[in-house]
Amino acid sequence: MTVPLPLRGAITDVRGFSDTSRWHVIRTRSPSGGPPPHDADAALIRTSEDVDAAIASGFTSGVIVGGAVDAASVSPNALRDLMVLPSRCDYLADGDVLGFHASSRHYRTLYRRSSTHNSFLVTERCNHYCLMCSQPPRDVDDGWIMDEIKAALPLVDPATKVLGFTGGEPLLDWQSFIGVLEACSDLLPSTAVHVLTNGRGFARREVVSAWADVRHPSLTAGIPIYAAVDHVHDYVVQSHGAFDETVLGVLKLKDRGQRVEIRVVLHAITAPRIVETCRWLARNLPFVDHVALMGLENTGFALANAGVLWIDPLDYRENLAEGVDVLATAGVAVSVYNLPRCVLARSTWPFAAQSISDWKNGYLEQCDRCVERPRCSGFFTTGRPRHSRAIAPILATAS
Amino acid sequence: MARFLPAQEFQSASSPIQLLPLRFERTGTGRYLVSNIVGEFFSLSGDEFERLVELQLAPGDELYEKAYASHVITRAGQTAQLQLLATRLRSRMAFLREPSALHLFVVTLRCEHSCPYCQVSRQSSDRSRFDMSEESAQRALAIALQSPAPSIKIEFQGGEPLLNFPLIAKIVEAAKIEGPRAGKELQFVIASNLALLNDDILAFCKANSILLSTSLDGPADLHNKNRPRPGGNSYELAVKGIKRAQQVLGKDRVGALMTTTERSLDRAEEIIDEYLTLGLDGIFLRPLSPYGFAVKTKQVQKYDAKRWLDFYRHGLRYILDLNRSGTPFVEFYTATVLARMLTDRPTGYVDLRSPAGIGLGALVYNYDGRVFASDEGRMLAEMDDDTFVLGNVADATYRSLVTSDKLIELVGASLSQCAPECHGCVYESHCGADPVYHHATQHDPVGIKPLSGFCARQKGVMETVIDLLHSSPEDAAILRRWGTA
Repeated sequence: MTVPLPLRGAITDVRGFSDTSRWHVIRTRSPSGGPPPHDADAALIRTSEDVDAAIASGFTSGVIVGGAVDAASVSPNALRDLMVLPSRCDYLADGDVLGFHASSRHYRTLYRRSSTHNSFLVTERCNHYCLMCSQPPRDVDDGWIMDEIKAALPLVDPATKVLGFTGGEPLLDWQSFIGVLEACSDLLPSTAVHVLTNGRGFARREVVSAWADVRHPSLTAGIPIYAAVDHVHDYVVQSHGAFDETVLGVLKLKDRGQRVEIRVVLHAITAPRIVETCRWLARNLPFVDHVALMGLENTGFALANAGVLWIDPLDYRENLAEGVDVLATAGVAVSVYNLPRCVLARSTWPFAAQSISDWKNGYLEQCDRCVERPRCSGFFTTGRPRHSRAIAPILATAS
Repeated sequence: MARFLPAQEFQSASSPIQLLPLRFERTGTGRYLVSNIVGEFFSLSGDEFERLVELQLAPGDELYEKAYASHVITRAGQTAQLQLLATRLRSRMAFLREPSALHLFVVTLRCEHSCPYCQVSRQSSDRSRFDMSEESAQRALAIALQSPAPSIKIEFQGGEPLLNFPLIAKIVEAAKIEGPRAGKELQFVIASNLALLNDDILAFCKANSILLSTSLDGPADLHNKNRPRPGGNSYELAVKGIKRAQQVLGKDRVGALMTTTERSLDRAEEIIDEYLTLGLDGIFLRPLSPYGFAVKTKQVQKYDAKRWLDFYRHGLRYILDLNRSGTPFVEFYTATVLARMLTDRPTGYVDLRSPAGIGLGALVYNYDGRVFASDEGRMLAEMDDDTFVLGNVADATYRSLVTSDKLIELVGASLSQCAPECHGCVYESHCGADPVYHHATQHDPVGIKPLSGFCARQKGVMETVIDLLHSSPEDAAILRRWGTA
């Protein structure tokens, strides 16, 4: 199985970085790439030759990855600010962006230029408490994250195809988040932006207006609707009145011509109702831009609630196929995420996406023999994957 | 970690359940067909139906879930349920935003055919009396271009309009200059029996993107009996015309309509095969309307709604079987009904809407300069009934015609949303007001619906379609494609 990248962890050593009490954002650069264009640029150092190259290029900051170079051997006169990261951060490359806190010695990789799935966590706070949340919310004062993102955006490669924003609920501090979207619009006009939100904020006129007024060229709100019935959705997200506000929010967004994706996570509460939900979406919200029907990631709260959530995808295979057909027939763009092909009906295959994130696409040993593997989503590599009894290599392509 | 709340916590919501508008009909088996205010159907047992209307339902009992997902209940204080219905209703009614998109020019009432079922009472002679004058045509075009619809269709009717082809050519040329000036997109159709089609006319149609719509009643013997002309060769000329038009204009630029006579009733398959052979992509199994010679010659009395419905069901079954065995073919009326049942797209089909399509959907400029609220309205006038005359091109404007007291009264009186029998009908959302038909048959724009052939046919078609959607998955898959195409 693929091991997920260590995108956060402890800094081995750090010096310089004048104000140690606050967070910093830096961009790692090739040491021999000439003078650094931005104050936040730090040379990426793996060998002693890299140290010389960085100094020659005019860098004053550096990031040492692994143990090959001793930080103490680098003169502070040459590289004033220096950070040492463990060798498991070897994935860092030219153009990546890190956030770190010098006093707590904690780093987070915010952006990897080579990845097609960059996503910023906006806040850990949330007004939902979803039974299957993969990123369990915390009631903490983390307003600094938004500032960190605003500092990171100028360092992101403008050729980046898509950036995600997730939470928590990004719209809890909606005024600040609109500032982030405006920065995206200004700095990264050709980068599509996808925001995962529960959509309740959009029930308020001022939030929808602010969102629409950003006039971002390619902005999508990904909003979950888990059922066609109020109490089922409210139960899944653990919040009274959520269904009403979320549906209203979707309507208001579409009324303002904004792009909306509806996201349905499939588990034992939602999957048995998926035909009803898809019918409802096809009739009531046929104007949404995309519907994503997604397999459950068995991590976070999903582990604690396995008793009410676990269902073998095999047991909803036919329902899912019918739901997909209802949406497709109604002309709604629909995709199935996170479910390997062997658990899906063949009629669903054309709608099954290969993967949506770096931390998916793990495969089992028996997958080696499967002819569909190149087109298959594989499995989550995080959490505690629980496998369908339908998993088996597909040995010949469908006739 | 905070505790998770159990499902019951969300099922026992505090605010009361409220009923939203619904319509229903008892079906044969003690079950009820229920529809919400936008015409989405679901079926309930007698017991479930009673519990619904008495609000004896609760989250978790699956009746609540069905009723909620179908928008016939909500919770006090919620707004999304109502907002969704409002949005959908607005979408369904959006045809009202583009009024009077269809303009029919009766360029002549003369015809070289002598069909006994002719609903427009064609004339055979006297060019000066039964041809539209150039002056009337220019005035009519000016009125058409005043209508608010951004895209308008001009259809040339008769009689046989090709008998006055020079006038058609003049109107098209003038419209091509004046249409863009008025900011209108234009589409042209000639409704012709094609007997007089020639290469010059086809070249003109091609140069001006004119569509052809013709009549084809079925195999040669049936067609020629229905549609006599000197030489007895109506069928041969129609088929030849269709083929030539398909070659020159393109397959999708010529369509055909059939009219059901008593002789057609037991020949549905042959009629459909005739359309298939000609490479046409569908058929409209159209009943005879109670106007003109069809009344005079008693053609229209020869079969009732029930016999037509048997014919329709038989034909539809045959068409669905064709589709099942891999030949795509559509019954167009069914497709229109399905589009209304399965989507909220605004279908402005003039016979299937309320407010009625008279005037608001179409205006008809008669050869004599009089303007009618519908094609059927001018058919009645040939029978000395001027009820649907709105004015004369000589002094009318679009506004004077469409805001005339006469039209407003006829449209207002016939709204199916509040007409007796209609307002509670489970099919209301997919039906329409037909004040002309009811005036013609019952001397009243609303009419007594249990006596109405229109109502019987509509209900029969919709019952048939819903039955197939609910009980025959393989047919339902085909029908869903028609409805959402």
